[in-house]
Amino acid sequence: MIDNIDLGLVDWSRAQFALTAIYHWLFVPLTLGLSFILAITETIYFKTGNEDWKRLTRFWMTLFGINFAIGVATGIILEFEFGTNWSNYSWFVGDIFGAPLAIEGILAFFLESTFVAVMFFGWNKVSKKFHLTSTWLVAIGANLSALWILVANAWMQNPVGMAFNPETARNEMVSFWAVLFNQVATDKFLHTISSGFLLASMFVVSISSWYLIRKREELMAKRSILVGAVFGLLSSLMVAYTGDESARTLAKVQPVKFASMEALFKGKSNAGLVAVGFLKDNGKKMGDRNIKDIAFSIKIPGLMSILTGGNTDSYVPGIEDHVFGNDSLGIMSVAEKKARGHYAKDILTSYQVAHRKNDTPQADSLKNVLLTSEYQDTYFRYFGYSSIDKPEDVVPDVSISFYSFHLMVILGFYFIMIFALAIHLLFKGTISKNKWFLWLALLSMPLPYLASELGWILAEMGRQPWIIQDLMTVSKGVSKITSGSVITTFILFAVLFTGLLISEVSIMVKQIKTGPKH
Amino acid sequence: MGKLFSLMGRLFRFYYDGFKNMSVWGKRVWLIIIIKLFIILAILKVFFFQDFLKRKYDNDKQRSDYVIEQLINSPDNHD
Repeated sequence: MIDNIDLGLVDWSRAQFALTAIYHWLFVPLTLGLSFILAITETIYFKTGNEDWKRLTRFWMTLFGINFAIGVATGIILEFEFGTNWSNYSWFVGDIFGAPLAIEGILAFFLESTFVAVMFFGWNKVSKKFHLTSTWLVAIGANLSALWILVANAWMQNPVGMAFNPETARNEMVSFWAVLFNQVATDKFLHTISSGFLLASMFVVSISSWYLIRKREELMAKRSILVGAVFGLLSSLMVAYTGDESARTLAKVQPVKFASMEALFKGKSNAGLVAVGFLKDNGKKMGDRNIKDIAFSIKIPGLMSILTGGNTDSYVPGIEDHVFGNDSLGIMSVAEKKARGHYAKDILTSYQVAHRKNDTPQADSLKNVLLTSEYQDTYFRYFGYSSIDKPEDVVPDVSISFYSFHLMVILGFYFIMIFALAIHLLFKGTISKNKWFLWLALLSMPLPYLASELGWILAEMGRQPWIIQDLMTVSKGVSKITSGSVITTFILFAVLFTGLLISEVSIMVKQIKTGPKH
Repeated sequence: MGKLFSLMGRLFRFYYDGFKNMSVWGKRVWLIIIIKLFIILAILKVFFFQDFLKRKYDNDKQRSDYVIEQLINSPDNHD
């Protein structure tokens, strides 16, 4: 038995989960977006009866199939890690995660696997209408699968719709609808799927640009660019809109993450939104943390105040307000939250002691307290603060939050420009002549992947030290296993996933070079 | 009953023909899927990813007690 958790174990467990999630997310967004592009192009084929659209659809379906096959089941490993590396966390949230993940499993199995088979094996064997329906159902099924995973993730960012059961040490769902319609879940789902649409659109535009550079398959490439660029532009605008909605929600439910994204240490009125900026240490400290200042920035004056409060006079709380509290704004300090968390923990401890001593009257009396809404809503919701040592420990790494957020946003605007430019050049009829644009589009292919991963880095690193916001710290959620075993599996995963990625890229490149069948 | 068998037969034929006439890339990715699932389910799950609480404790009561103990008594990693 290992008596103390060492920080190496926590760090390695986090690194392993990050590695698996980042690799898994290289495959998922293309599936989410390309499935809809296939549905659109096949619909055009269905409506026009033009065989060129069928050929085009089948070509992109081949690339979809490769990505789907290589990526499928890579997410299972994350579930293994929950049970092995994150057993305390997994037990603590089990009842909440059970329903969404079960629905995801059933949907993924029945909708995706059944209709994927029709998509690939069904050409000329089932009716055109049934085939088209299957393609749409694959797209809808894949995106609905993502919904349930994102609902589970959103609950970790904003735990709602549950009550803690002190007998089982588990959070139990009391409102499925509160969990499903959690504002974070809605924002996250729309932002994530639209970013998948964007990524797939860039994938289509980039590969089609390569064909135009090589002067091959020009009709197919131009039609693909048209579909990809229009779908991509609409998706990019949706990404921008849902990103803005997500930020507004963050300001309410994860305000420290929100302030960290903008490196806003001191709150202010008329706060500008940083469009581009760099950070530097300003020599001051908050506890043992160095405070970062914005060394250089281009700001949109007053916009952050407008976005969060509706007008430029609105005060945007900074990290200091959330750490030390701000009575005039009704912001509770970390010290107060710690006091509440400790009270919650003390009652739970007393209940456990009474239980162990078979002091039934005392245990029953304490259980009644533990189940009251006052205990659950006023004290237990800050339970995680009983594990916080210093107030500044609730602040995530500001540099990571700031740069991942701003780089993602800059890339988002770049994508809008690329898609708009592609549409402009297509309608002008000069896209083939503008080699610079074709090269730019081709070289842009990895950028949506980068933006997508940055979004997840912001979401997950930005909520540190929490594994479940305010309820459980990452270090409390980890299993007491040896860091050696985690390092071993980390290396195994790195090898396995790198092998899968190399396989995917090499098979895809071969298919792209081969081109669509005539 | 006859209709059911006929439907089952058509379904079997659909998948059989699909796999039989699969393209080279299709066969290659199926090979990758099988190898990947073998590694994930038969090696990683069995040897490296046993459920920590299920392996250590026999029933849910013991698991609950252990997790509560971790929540209220185990040392903080921030210390």
